[in-house]
Amino acid sequence: MLEVRDLQAFYGKSHILQGVSFDIAEGEIVSLLGRNGVGRSTTCKAVMGEVPPQGSIKFRGTELVGKKQHEIARLGIGYVPENRDVFPTLTVRQNLVLGMKSMKQEGRWSIDDMFDLFSNLRERADIRAGALSGGEQQMLTMCRTLMGDPDLIMIDEPTEGLSPQMVEKVAGLLEEIARRKVSILLVEQKLTIALRISHRVYVMGHGHMVFDGTPEALLNDAQIRSEWLEV
Amino acid sequence: MELVVFSLLNGLVTGLLLFMLSSGLTLIFSMMGVLNFAHASFYMLGAYFAYTISGYMGFWVGLIFAPILVGVVGALIQRYGLRYVHRWGHVAELVFTFGLAFLIEEVVQFFWGKATKDYHEPELLDFPLFTLFGQSFPAYKAFMIFISIGIFIALLMMLTRTRVGLIIQAAITHPNTVANLGHNVPLVFMGVFGVGSALAGLAGVIAGPALGTFPGMAFVLGSIVFVVIVVGGLGSLAGAFVASLLIGWLQTFAIALDYSMTDLLDLLGVSFSDDHVLRDLWSLSLPQVAPILPYLLLILILIFRPTGLMGKRET
Repeated sequence: MLEVRDLQAFYGKSHILQGVSFDIAEGEIVSLLGRNGVGRSTTCKAVMGEVPPQGSIKFRGTELVGKKQHEIARLGIGYVPENRDVFPTLTVRQNLVLGMKSMKQEGRWSIDDMFDLFSNLRERADIRAGALSGGEQQMLTMCRTLMGDPDLIMIDEPTEGLSPQMVEKVAGLLEEIARRKVSILLVEQKLTIALRISHRVYVMGHGHMVFDGTPEALLNDAQIRSEWLEV
Repeated sequence: MELVVFSLLNGLVTGLLLFMLSSGLTLIFSMMGVLNFAHASFYMLGAYFAYTISGYMGFWVGLIFAPILVGVVGALIQRYGLRYVHRWGHVAELVFTFGLAFLIEEVVQFFWGKATKDYHEPELLDFPLFTLFGQSFPAYKAFMIFISIGIFIALLMMLTRTRVGLIIQAAITHPNTVANLGHNVPLVFMGVFGVGSALAGLAGVIAGPALGTFPGMAFVLGSIVFVVIVVGGLGSLAGAFVASLLIGWLQTFAIALDYSMTDLLDLLGVSFSDDHVLRDLWSLSLPQVAPILPYLLLILILIFRPTGLMGKRET
């Protein structure tokens, strides 16, 4: 579904991604692990065209390098950034409506689905999104992206700074997304959820992949974990 | 009483006209972060386009098509000029719009000449709407109020009740996020620039017959519009509305009230001899200083409330 080959990206003169290659198959859940600053978020931004990429990124055979952000999103890729970018002056419902690519869109998800999954959002449907708690904003950002009915969703650090109860809700949503046959690229620093739900994991270090395998293989590879993941 | 009523009405006309110009400028600034120095030039283009169209097909056809033409010109300038210049930053954009203002003025003089054009209100509205205290209020001014309020309500509805309005509101603060959701943000920017220009053009169409259609009309109103958006708060539509009315009334009352500092000092029993060095300063009347009052207000706002009346952004 997604084939990334020799991906390079720069912030000014800093060479952030130094030849990143990875694949995601249809319906697969893949986690991208690594310490802060190794280029995991930049990888997502490069796929979305938010950071100018070099190399090759193919989504169902279509080359994404050179395409504009909205064109990439319309091909079926969703992106949930780590900074919980809700539109603070709009209501929860308006945020969800903006997630849809058009009002005629009929996809896997409806606003009622979102409200059924997170009753908090239903109760606060007509409240400005800026007034929600951090956890609720995270939920809203994920739900808003799902309203666009992506076939692949990239989720950056969804559990960062959340309470254990909220982390469980996020895990539940990820499992629901997978049940509806949406591929997931999960960017995480914590291993717990990533290893629980992923089919495969990649570990990044200094702008390139240093590990590719199953969660079990990563658990058994103490050297990789100590060198690239543990603090 | 007569003075208060008519000053309120005339101030309302001026204020709403200023709002029609400043609302577009505010939206454009909110989205692109650049002050469009050529905005008032679109106001002038609106008046000249309407003058030409009305010569062939009458005022009402001009009222509809001139703003549309100006909107198309604005959108094309954004698409093929500003969007290209944007890559070199806001200073380049500012210089671009500054040059554009001069270019449009030269083009207007080239095609229409330097003389004031004989652009009048339609016969249908050329009558006094009512007479109060022996003074009549023209129907055309009431029409200007009606159009301006209609535009204000339509703009408010569009921004708050439609999906396009929601996209615009979101794109103002989070353009990247909106693009990641599959919305064509550059197209939205172009549309907003076009609509903003069309609003300025409409202001020109209805102000041309009342305030005169001449090559300097952009300069006359343009500088006041910048005062409006700074006083209201850069990027605040509500602030632009309040500041437009405030400045409209401030100017109208200042012109109507024929008082000077000497009158006030006389009341306090203070007087100056005719050869006193400050005599000329004290004898200045309010109508004489009316044109500089908006700029005085601008300076006071910048000193005491740099974010403007309702803005959040530093001026």
